Amino acid sequence: MSKLLSYIGMDGLNSRSRHLIVAVPWFWLVIFFILPFLFLLKISLSESQLAQPPYLDMIRGDGEGLLTIFINGANYLLLLQDSLYVSALLGSLKVAVISTALCLIIGYPMAYAIARAPESRRMPLLMLIVLPFWTSFLIRVYAWIGILKNNGLLNNLLLWLGLIDEPIDILYTPIAVYIGVVYSYLPFLILPLYATLVKLDNTLLEAAADLGCRPFKQFITVTLPLSMPGVIAGSMLVFIPVVGEFVIPDLLGGPNSLMIGKLLWTEFFSNKDWPMASALACVLLVALVVPFVLLRHYERRASEEGG
Amino acid sequence: MKIRFPWLVTVLLLGYAFLYIPIVSLIVYSFNESRLVTVWSRFSTKWYAELLHNDPLLSAAWLSIKIASINATLAVILGTLAALALVRFGKLRGSRSLGVMITAPLVMPEVMTGLSLLLLFIALEGVFGWPSGRGLTTIVLAHTTFSMAYVAVIVQSRLGSMDRSLEEAAMDLGATPVRVFFYITLPIISPALIAGWLLAFTLSMDDLVIANFVSGPGATTLPMMVYSSVRLGVSPQINALAAIIVVVVSIAVLIAAVILQRQAKNR
Repeated sequence: MSKLLSYIGMDGLNSRSRHLIVAVPWFWLVIFFILPFLFLLKISLSESQLAQPPYLDMIRGDGEGLLTIFINGANYLLLLQDSLYVSALLGSLKVAVISTALCLIIGYPMAYAIARAPESRRMPLLMLIVLPFWTSFLIRVYAWIGILKNNGLLNNLLLWLGLIDEPIDILYTPIAVYIGVVYSYLPFLILPLYATLVKLDNTLLEAAADLGCRPFKQFITVTLPLSMPGVIAGSMLVFIPVVGEFVIPDLLGGPNSLMIGKLLWTEFFSNKDWPMASALACVLLVALVVPFVLLRHYERRASEEGG
Repeated sequence: MKIRFPWLVTVLLLGYAFLYIPIVSLIVYSFNESRLVTVWSRFSTKWYAELLHNDPLLSAAWLSIKIASINATLAVILGTLAALALVRFGKLRGSRSLGVMITAPLVMPEVMTGLSLLLLFIALEGVFGWPSGRGLTTIVLAHTTFSMAYVAVIVQSRLGSMDRSLEEAAMDLGATPVRVFFYITLPIISPALIAGWLLAFTLSMDDLVIANFVSGPGATTLPMMVYSSVRLGVSPQINALAAIIVVVVSIAVLIAAVILQRQAKNR
C-alpha cells in the first residue's frame, strides 16, 4: 500500500499539506510574477503626465459617482510610427541573432571538445566554463573597457605586433557590443549543448564509420542533427536575454547603439515616461513569447528523447 | 574517448583564453600604481587601501550581502517547495501552471522583470500601504522571485534522480512524512540546496538592473555603486574590488566543489 501511495505523492502526507506545498510557491509567483505583468499592461495603456505617479489612472470618477475607463492606445501607435522605436527593436533583434550565431560558432567546438574529452577531465573543464559566471557580470563587462580602449591592451598588442599603425576604435562601436555579449553569454550556450553532446550514442558514429563515412561527414549527418535540441535550447538561452540587454550596450556600445533594453531604461529613468516604458516592455514580451514557446517545445522533446 | 582532432584542443584553449583574459587583466592592473588603468608604472597595493576607506562602497557592499543572504534563504525554501510540488505532486491542481511559471523568470529580460515589479510595488503601496517605500524589502522580494526558479531547477534534478527506497523504508518503519523529509530526503538533497543557495546569493550580489528599478533613494547596492563609478570613468579602485571578488568567489566555488565531490564519493 505504501508503495502505491508513494507513486501518488509522499506516503501518508495528507492532502492538505500536499496542497500547501504546491500553493506557497504558486501564490508567490502569481503575486510577484504574473500580477506585475498585468500592471505593466495596464500602465502601458494609460496616459503619461508630469506628476507622481507619472501616469493618469485608467478609471477616473467625475465626482458624481460615474466612473469612466480611459484606454489610451497612443503609446503603441507612437511605437509603430516613431522610427526610433522600430529601429531599436530591429537593432536588438539583429544584435541577438548575430551574437547567438557567434556564440554557436565559438561554443559548439568547445562543447564538442569537452564532451569528447576523457571522462575524468570533463568536470574540471566544465568548471572552468562556469567559474567566470560566478564572478560579477558587471565587473566582467567593465574589464573589456580596459582591453578595448584606444590605449588599451588589445590596441597595444596589435601595435606591438605591427598589424596596425595607429590605434583603431573598437570601444563604443557595435563590435565592442558583440564581444561583450558573446563573452557574457557563451556559458549559457555551452552548458545545454554539452549536455546533449555527452549523451550522444557513440555506436551510431561507429556504425557510420564502418559504413565508410569520413569524420567530417559523420559530424554533418550524425552528430549535428542529433545535437539540435541542445543547439536550440542554448541559442534561446542566449537570444532571449540579449534582446533585452541593457548593461552591455550601455557600457561598451556608443551613444548610438540602439537596443530596446537601453531605450526602455532611458524612457523610464531619464524621460520619466512610465507608460511608454511599459508599452516598450509589452512589445518586448510579445517579441519574446515566440522563442520562449519554441524553447519549451524543444526542451520537452529533448527530455523525451533523453528519458 | 580521446580527443582525436588537435584543432579541437586549440579551439578549447582559445575559448578559455577569451573567458579568462579580461579577469586576469583586472587582477594584474589592480596592483598598478598608475591612475591610468592600462599604463603600467609599478607594483602597489594602494588601491586596496583606498578601497578599505571608501565608506559608501563598503556600506553598499554590506547592504548587498544582507539582501543576498535573505534572498538566498527564501529562494531555497520556496524553490525546494516548488521542486517538491513538481517532482512529487505533478498531478495536483496548480502543478502544471507552477511548472510554466517557475521557468519563465529564467529567461525574462531583466528590464521587464524590474519595471513590472516596480509597478506592482507602487500599486500595492497605494492600496495596502505595504511595502512602504522601496529598499531592502522590495529588492529581496524581486530577487527571490527570479532566484527561486534557479533553485527549483537544481533541486528538481536532484529529487528526480534520488532513490526513493530509503524514504519508503523509513515510512514502513513508521516514520511520519515530516520526519522522513527532515531525516532522509533533506540530507540527500542537501548538496543541491547548498548549490542553490550559493547560486541565489551570487545572482543577487550580481544584479544591477532589477535592483535599480525596485530600490529607493536610500538603498544603494554594490552593483549600483560600481555601475555609477564605472560610468564616471574607469577607476583602479574598481579593479581592486574586482580582484577581491574574483578571489573570494574562486575560493568559495573550490570549497563547494570539494564538498560536492566528497559527498558524491561517500554515497
